[in-house]
Amino acid sequence: MNNTPLMLGAILILAVGTFSLRFAGPLMRSRFEIPERTQQFLAAAAIVLLTALIATSALMDGHGPAGIARPAGVLVGGILAWRKAPFILVVVAAATTAAVLRLLGVP
Amino acid sequence: MVFIIKPMRSIWRTLDRGLARDIALVCLADGVVGMSYGAISVGGGLPLWVPVLLSIVVFAGASQFLFVGIVAAGGSPIAAVIAGLLVNTRHVAFGLAVSDVIGGGWRRVPGSHLMTDENVAFALGQEDLKQRRAAYWAGGIGIFACWNVGVLVGGLAGTMITDTDVFGLDAAFPAVLLALVLPALRDRSTRTAALVGVVVALAATPFLPAGVPVLLALVGMVFYRAPKPALEVSR
Repeated sequence: MNNTPLMLGAILILAVGTFSLRFAGPLMRSRFEIPERTQQFLAAAAIVLLTALIATSALMDGHGPAGIARPAGVLVGGILAWRKAPFILVVVAAATTAAVLRLLGVP
Repeated sequence: MVFIIKPMRSIWRTLDRGLARDIALVCLADGVVGMSYGAISVGGGLPLWVPVLLSIVVFAGASQFLFVGIVAAGGSPIAAVIAGLLVNTRHVAFGLAVSDVIGGGWRRVPGSHLMTDENVAFALGQEDLKQRRAAYWAGGIGIFACWNVGVLVGGLAGTMITDTDVFGLDAAFPAVLLALVLPALRDRSTRTAALVGVVVALAATPFLPAGVPVLLALVGMVFYRAPKPALEVSR
Protein backbone atom coordinates (compact mmCIF):
# COMPACT_ATOMS: atom_id res chain seq x y z
CA MET A 1 0.00 0.00 0.00
CA ASN A 2 2.17 2.85 -1.28
CA ASN A 3 -0.46 5.25 -2.64
CA THR A 4 0.18 8.11 -0.20
CA PRO A 5 -2.56 10.58 -1.33
CA LEU A 6 -5.19 7.81 -1.26
CA MET A 7 -4.05 6.71 2.20
CA LEU A 8 -3.99 10.29 3.51
CA GLY A 9 -7.46 10.94 2.11
CA ALA A 10 -8.83 7.75 3.67
CA ILE A 11 -7.37 8.66 7.08
CA LEU A 12 -8.85 12.17 6.95
CA ILE A 13 -12.30 10.88 5.94
CA LEU A 14 -12.17 8.39 8.82
CA ALA A 15 -11.10 11.23 11.16
CA VAL A 16 -13.89 13.61 10.10
CA GLY A 17 -16.46 10.80 10.11
CA THR A 18 -15.40 9.55 13.54
CA PHE A 19 -15.50 13.05 15.02
CA SER A 20 -18.98 13.58 13.55
CA LEU A 21 -20.20 10.35 15.18
CA ARG A 22 -18.74 11.42 18.53
CA PHE A 23 -20.09 14.95 18.23
CA ALA A 24 -23.58 13.81 17.19
CA GLY A 25 -24.60 12.90 20.74
CA PRO A 26 -23.66 16.17 22.47
CA LEU A 27 -25.11 18.08 19.49
CA MET A 28 -28.43 16.19 19.36
CA ARG A 29 -28.95 16.10 23.10
CA SER A 30 -28.95 19.88 23.29
CA ARG A 31 -31.68 20.06 20.60
CA PHE A 32 -34.13 17.26 21.44
CA GLU A 33 -34.60 14.30 23.77
CA ILE A 34 -33.63 10.82 22.52
CA PRO A 35 -36.09 8.14 23.71
CA GLU A 36 -34.62 5.92 26.43
CA ARG A 37 -35.30 2.72 24.47
CA THR A 38 -33.57 4.07 21.35
CA GLN A 39 -30.50 4.86 23.43
CA GLN A 40 -30.49 1.35 24.88
CA PHE A 41 -30.85 -0.15 21.42
CA LEU A 42 -27.88 1.90 20.11
CA ALA A 43 -25.72 0.90 23.06
CA ALA A 44 -26.59 -2.78 22.63
CA ALA A 45 -25.83 -2.59 18.89
CA ALA A 46 -22.38 -1.19 19.73
CA ILE A 47 -21.77 -4.08 22.11
CA VAL A 48 -22.87 -6.59 19.45
CA LEU A 49 -20.41 -5.05 16.94
CA LEU A 50 -17.57 -5.07 19.46
CA THR A 51 -18.25 -8.66 20.52
CA ALA A 52 -18.19 -9.80 16.88
CA LEU A 53 -14.93 -7.88 16.41
CA ILE A 54 -13.45 -9.65 19.46
CA ALA A 55 -14.58 -13.09 18.24
CA THR A 56 -13.33 -12.67 14.67
CA SER A 57 -10.01 -11.15 15.70
CA ALA A 58 -9.47 -13.80 18.39
CA LEU A 59 -10.50 -16.89 16.39
CA MET A 60 -9.83 -16.01 12.74
CA ASP A 61 -6.76 -14.96 10.81
CA GLY A 62 -7.73 -13.55 7.44
CA HIS A 63 -10.26 -16.01 6.01
CA GLY A 64 -9.10 -19.04 8.05
CA PRO A 65 -8.79 -20.16 11.66
CA ALA A 66 -6.20 -18.39 13.87
CA GLY A 67 -4.63 -21.52 15.41
CA ILE A 68 -4.49 -22.19 19.14
CA ALA A 69 -2.09 -19.75 20.82
CA ARG A 70 -4.08 -16.55 20.13
CA PRO A 71 -7.54 -17.88 21.16
CA ALA A 72 -5.90 -19.39 24.28
CA GLY A 73 -4.35 -16.03 25.16
CA VAL A 74 -7.66 -14.23 24.66
CA LEU A 75 -9.42 -16.89 26.77
CA VAL A 76 -6.97 -16.39 29.66
CA GLY A 77 -7.38 -12.61 29.38
CA GLY A 78 -11.15 -13.03 29.22
CA ILE A 79 -11.29 -15.21 32.34
CA LEU A 80 -9.15 -12.69 34.24
CA ALA A 81 -11.39 -9.84 33.08
CA TRP A 82 -14.45 -11.83 34.12
CA ARG A 83 -12.87 -12.30 37.57
CA LYS A 84 -12.45 -8.49 37.61
CA ALA A 85 -8.66 -8.59 37.47
CA PRO A 86 -6.91 -5.26 36.77
CA PHE A 87 -6.86 -4.18 33.14
CA ILE A 88 -3.06 -4.32 32.83
CA LEU A 89 -3.02 -7.92 34.11
CA VAL A 90 -5.61 -8.89 31.48
CA VAL A 91 -3.41 -7.41 28.72
CA VAL A 92 -0.13 -8.90 29.94
CA ALA A 93 -1.61 -12.35 30.71
CA ALA A 94 -3.26 -12.61 27.28
CA ALA A 95 -0.04 -11.66 25.47
CA THR A 96 2.18 -13.83 27.67
CA THR A 97 -0.03 -16.91 27.27
CA ALA A 98 0.02 -16.63 23.48
CA ALA A 99 3.77 -15.89 23.44
CA VAL A 100 4.68 -18.82 25.74
CA LEU A 101 2.49 -21.25 23.77
CA ARG A 102 4.22 -20.17 20.57
CA LEU A 103 7.60 -20.54 22.22
CA LEU A 104 6.58 -24.15 22.97
CA GLY A 105 5.77 -24.65 19.30
CA VAL A 106 1.97 -24.36 19.52
CA PRO A 107 0.65 -22.59 16.35
CA MET B 1 -2.87 26.48 27.27
CA VAL B 2 -3.86 28.38 30.42
CA PHE B 3 -7.54 27.62 29.87
CA ILE B 4 -6.67 23.89 29.83
CA ILE B 5 -4.37 23.96 32.88
CA LYS B 6 -6.80 25.65 35.27
CA PRO B 7 -9.65 23.13 34.78
CA MET B 8 -7.00 20.35 34.97
CA ARG B 9 -6.09 21.48 38.49
CA SER B 10 -9.70 21.30 39.64
CA ILE B 11 -10.09 17.88 37.94
CA TRP B 12 -7.11 16.63 39.93
CA ARG B 13 -8.58 17.93 43.21
CA THR B 14 -11.94 16.28 42.50
CA LEU B 15 -10.60 12.80 41.69
CA ASP B 16 -10.21 10.48 44.67
CA ARG B 17 -6.99 8.49 44.84
CA GLY B 18 -8.47 5.07 44.09
CA LEU B 19 -10.17 6.32 40.94
CA ALA B 20 -7.05 8.24 39.86
CA ARG B 21 -5.02 5.04 40.26
CA ASP B 22 -7.52 2.98 38.22
CA ILE B 23 -7.54 5.60 35.49
CA ALA B 24 -3.72 5.69 35.45
CA LEU B 25 -3.67 1.90 35.17
CA VAL B 26 -6.03 1.95 32.19
CA CYS B 27 -3.96 4.74 30.57
CA LEU B 28 -0.85 2.61 31.01
CA ALA B 29 -2.61 -0.46 29.58
CA ASP B 30 -3.80 1.59 26.62
CA GLY B 31 -0.21 2.75 26.14
CA VAL B 32 0.82 -0.93 25.92
CA VAL B 33 -1.94 -1.64 23.42
CA GLY B 34 -0.88 1.52 21.53
CA MET B 35 2.63 0.12 21.34
CA SER B 36 1.30 -3.11 19.91
CA TYR B 37 -0.80 -1.12 17.44
CA GLY B 38 2.22 0.85 16.27
CA ALA B 39 4.31 -2.30 16.01
CA ILE B 40 1.61 -4.29 14.18
CA SER B 41 1.00 -1.45 11.70
CA VAL B 42 4.68 -1.00 10.83
CA GLY B 43 5.23 -4.78 10.94
CA GLY B 44 2.37 -5.12 8.42
CA GLY B 45 4.33 -2.98 5.96
CA LEU B 46 2.75 0.45 6.54
CA PRO B 47 4.89 3.59 6.88
CA LEU B 48 5.20 4.95 10.44
CA TRP B 49 3.18 8.11 9.73
CA VAL B 50 0.02 6.07 9.04
CA PRO B 51 -0.54 4.68 12.58
CA VAL B 52 0.79 7.92 14.15
CA LEU B 53 -1.57 10.19 12.17
CA LEU B 54 -4.52 7.81 12.68
CA SER B 55 -3.92 7.85 16.44
CA ILE B 56 -3.97 11.65 16.64
CA VAL B 57 -6.84 12.49 14.27
CA VAL B 58 -9.04 9.38 14.60
CA PHE B 59 -8.10 8.28 18.16
CA ALA B 60 -10.34 5.20 18.24
CA GLY B 61 -8.47 1.94 18.89
CA ALA B 62 -10.86 -0.62 17.46
CA SER B 63 -11.40 1.27 14.19
CA GLN B 64 -7.66 1.96 13.90
CA PHE B 65 -6.85 -1.75 14.24
CA LEU B 66 -9.56 -2.53 11.70
CA PHE B 67 -8.34 0.15 9.27
CA VAL B 68 -4.72 -0.96 9.43
CA GLY B 69 -5.71 -4.64 9.33
CA ILE B 70 -7.71 -4.22 6.13
CA VAL B 71 -5.16 -1.97 4.39
CA ALA B 72 -2.12 -4.05 5.43
CA ALA B 73 -3.88 -7.18 4.12
CA GLY B 74 -4.13 -5.48 0.71
CA GLY B 75 -7.76 -4.39 1.10
CA SER B 76 -9.16 -1.15 -0.28
CA PRO B 77 -8.70 2.00 1.85
CA ILE B 78 -12.34 2.84 1.06
CA ALA B 79 -13.47 -0.46 2.60
CA ALA B 80 -11.18 0.31 5.55
CA VAL B 81 -12.83 3.72 6.06
CA ILE B 82 -16.34 2.25 5.87
CA ALA B 83 -15.46 -0.54 8.30
CA GLY B 84 -13.77 1.94 10.67
CA LEU B 85 -16.75 4.29 10.62
CA LEU B 86 -19.21 1.47 11.21
CA VAL B 87 -17.27 0.27 14.25
CA ASN B 88 -17.24 3.87 15.53
CA THR B 89 -21.02 4.28 15.25
CA ARG B 90 -21.17 3.20 18.90
CA HIS B 91 -19.85 6.66 19.75
CA VAL B 92 -23.25 8.11 18.83
CA ALA B 93 -24.75 6.18 21.73
CA PHE B 94 -21.85 7.11 24.02
CA GLY B 95 -22.22 10.77 23.09
CA LEU B 96 -25.87 10.70 24.07
CA ALA B 97 -24.99 9.10 27.40
CA VAL B 98 -22.21 11.53 28.37
CA SER B 99 -23.31 14.83 26.77
CA ASP B 100 -24.11 16.36 30.18
CA VAL B 101 -20.74 15.13 31.47
CA ILE B 102 -18.90 16.80 28.58
CA GLY B 103 -20.77 20.06 29.11
CA GLY B 104 -21.80 22.75 26.62
CA GLY B 105 -20.11 25.26 24.32
CA TRP B 106 -16.50 24.83 23.17
CA ARG B 107 -15.93 21.89 25.56
CA ARG B 108 -18.02 19.71 23.26
CA VAL B 109 -15.25 19.73 20.61
CA PRO B 110 -12.26 18.40 22.63
CA GLY B 111 -14.72 16.45 24.83
CA SER B 112 -16.09 14.60 21.79
CA HIS B 113 -12.66 13.87 20.35
CA LEU B 114 -11.47 12.42 23.69
CA MET B 115 -14.43 10.01 23.86
CA THR B 116 -13.34 6.38 24.33
CA ASP B 117 -14.94 3.23 25.67
CA GLU B 118 -12.79 3.52 28.77
CA ASN B 119 -13.44 7.09 29.90
CA VAL B 120 -17.16 6.76 29.12
CA ALA B 121 -17.27 3.67 31.34
CA PHE B 122 -15.32 5.48 34.07
CA ALA B 123 -17.59 8.53 33.93
CA LEU B 124 -20.82 6.55 34.07
CA GLY B 125 -19.53 4.65 37.10
CA GLN B 126 -19.32 7.84 39.23
CA GLU B 127 -21.99 9.16 41.57
CA ASP B 128 -22.29 12.90 41.04
CA LEU B 129 -21.77 15.09 37.98
CA LYS B 130 -18.58 16.69 39.30
CA GLN B 131 -16.94 13.28 39.77
CA ARG B 132 -18.21 12.11 36.39
CA ARG B 133 -16.68 15.15 34.73
CA ALA B 134 -13.35 14.67 36.49
CA ALA B 135 -13.24 10.96 35.58
CA TYR B 136 -14.21 11.63 31.96
CA TRP B 137 -11.66 14.38 31.33
CA ALA B 138 -8.81 12.82 33.31
CA GLY B 139 -9.41 9.50 31.52
CA GLY B 140 -9.74 11.13 28.09
CA ILE B 141 -6.63 13.31 28.37
CA GLY B 142 -4.56 10.53 29.98
CA ILE B 143 -5.56 7.91 27.41
CA PHE B 144 -4.93 10.34 24.53
CA ALA B 145 -1.40 11.04 25.79
CA CYS B 146 -0.50 7.41 26.58
CA TRP B 147 -2.07 6.04 23.40
CA ASN B 148 -0.19 8.42 21.11
CA VAL B 149 3.17 8.02 22.87
CA GLY B 150 2.65 4.23 22.85
CA VAL B 151 1.84 4.15 19.14
CA LEU B 152 4.96 6.18 18.30
CA VAL B 153 7.24 4.04 20.48
CA GLY B 154 5.69 0.79 19.20
CA GLY B 155 5.93 1.97 15.61
CA LEU B 156 9.62 2.85 16.01
CA ALA B 157 10.32 -0.50 17.72
CA GLY B 158 8.16 -2.32 15.17
CA THR B 159 10.62 -1.56 12.39
CA MET B 160 13.02 -3.86 14.26
CA ILE B 161 10.36 -6.39 15.32
CA THR B 162 9.46 -8.50 12.29
CA ASP B 163 6.99 -10.86 13.96
CA THR B 164 4.89 -9.22 16.70
CA ASP B 165 2.96 -12.49 17.18
CA VAL B 166 6.04 -13.82 19.01
CA PHE B 167 5.13 -11.46 21.87
CA GLY B 168 1.47 -12.44 21.79
CA LEU B 169 0.34 -8.91 20.99
CA ASP B 170 -2.35 -10.27 18.65
CA ALA B 171 -4.01 -11.86 21.70
CA ALA B 172 -3.79 -8.71 23.83
CA PHE B 173 -6.07 -6.62 21.60
CA PRO B 174 -9.19 -8.85 21.67
CA ALA B 175 -8.59 -9.42 25.40
CA VAL B 176 -8.69 -5.66 26.11
CA LEU B 177 -11.94 -5.22 24.19
CA LEU B 178 -13.37 -8.28 25.93
CA ALA B 179 -12.58 -6.74 29.31
CA LEU B 180 -14.44 -3.60 28.18
CA VAL B 181 -17.61 -5.29 26.90
CA LEU B 182 -17.94 -7.95 29.62
CA PRO B 183 -19.99 -5.75 32.00
CA ALA B 184 -22.49 -4.99 29.22
CA LEU B 185 -22.72 -8.70 28.36
CA ARG B 186 -24.10 -9.41 31.84
CA ASP B 187 -27.41 -8.17 30.41
CA ARG B 188 -29.11 -11.30 29.08
CA SER B 189 -30.80 -9.73 26.05
CA THR B 190 -27.59 -7.98 24.92
CA ARG B 191 -25.68 -11.24 25.41
CA THR B 192 -28.13 -13.21 23.26
CA ALA B 193 -27.90 -10.62 20.47
CA ALA B 194 -24.10 -10.59 20.73
CA LEU B 195 -23.82 -14.40 20.61
CA VAL B 196 -26.03 -14.60 17.51
CA GLY B 197 -23.90 -11.83 15.98
CA VAL B 198 -20.69 -13.70 16.79
CA VAL B 199 -21.97 -16.89 15.09
CA VAL B 200 -23.02 -14.92 11.99
CA ALA B 201 -19.70 -13.02 11.82
CA LEU B 202 -17.59 -16.16 12.27
CA ALA B 203 -19.60 -18.07 9.66
CA ALA B 204 -19.25 -15.18 7.18
CA THR B 205 -15.52 -14.57 7.70
CA PRO B 206 -14.22 -17.22 5.25
CA PHE B 207 -16.38 -15.84 2.43
CA LEU B 208 -16.58 -12.06 2.78
CA PRO B 209 -14.03 -9.20 2.73
CA ALA B 210 -12.55 -8.08 6.05
CA GLY B 211 -14.81 -5.78 8.07
CA VAL B 212 -18.08 -6.95 6.49
CA PRO B 213 -18.62 -10.03 8.73
CA VAL B 214 -18.45 -7.81 11.83
CA LEU B 215 -21.20 -5.59 10.40
CA LEU B 216 -23.35 -8.63 9.60
CA ALA B 217 -23.28 -9.35 13.34
CA LEU B 218 -25.92 -6.60 13.69
CA VAL B 219 -28.41 -9.28 12.52
CA GLY B 220 -28.21 -10.40 16.15
CA MET B 221 -30.08 -7.23 17.17
CA VAL B 222 -33.27 -8.95 15.92
CA PHE B 223 -33.09 -10.87 19.21
CA TYR B 224 -32.58 -7.78 21.35
CA ARG B 225 -35.35 -6.67 23.69
CA ALA B 226 -34.87 -3.46 25.63
CA PRO B 227 -35.34 -4.00 29.38
CA LYS B 228 -38.81 -2.88 30.52
CA PRO B 229 -38.00 -0.55 33.44
CA ALA B 230 -36.05 2.61 32.64
CA LEU B 231 -32.41 1.73 33.29
CA GLU B 232 -30.42 3.97 35.63
CA VAL B 233 -26.91 3.90 34.21
CA SER B 234 -24.45 2.03 36.45
CA ARG B 235 -26.22 2.58 39.73
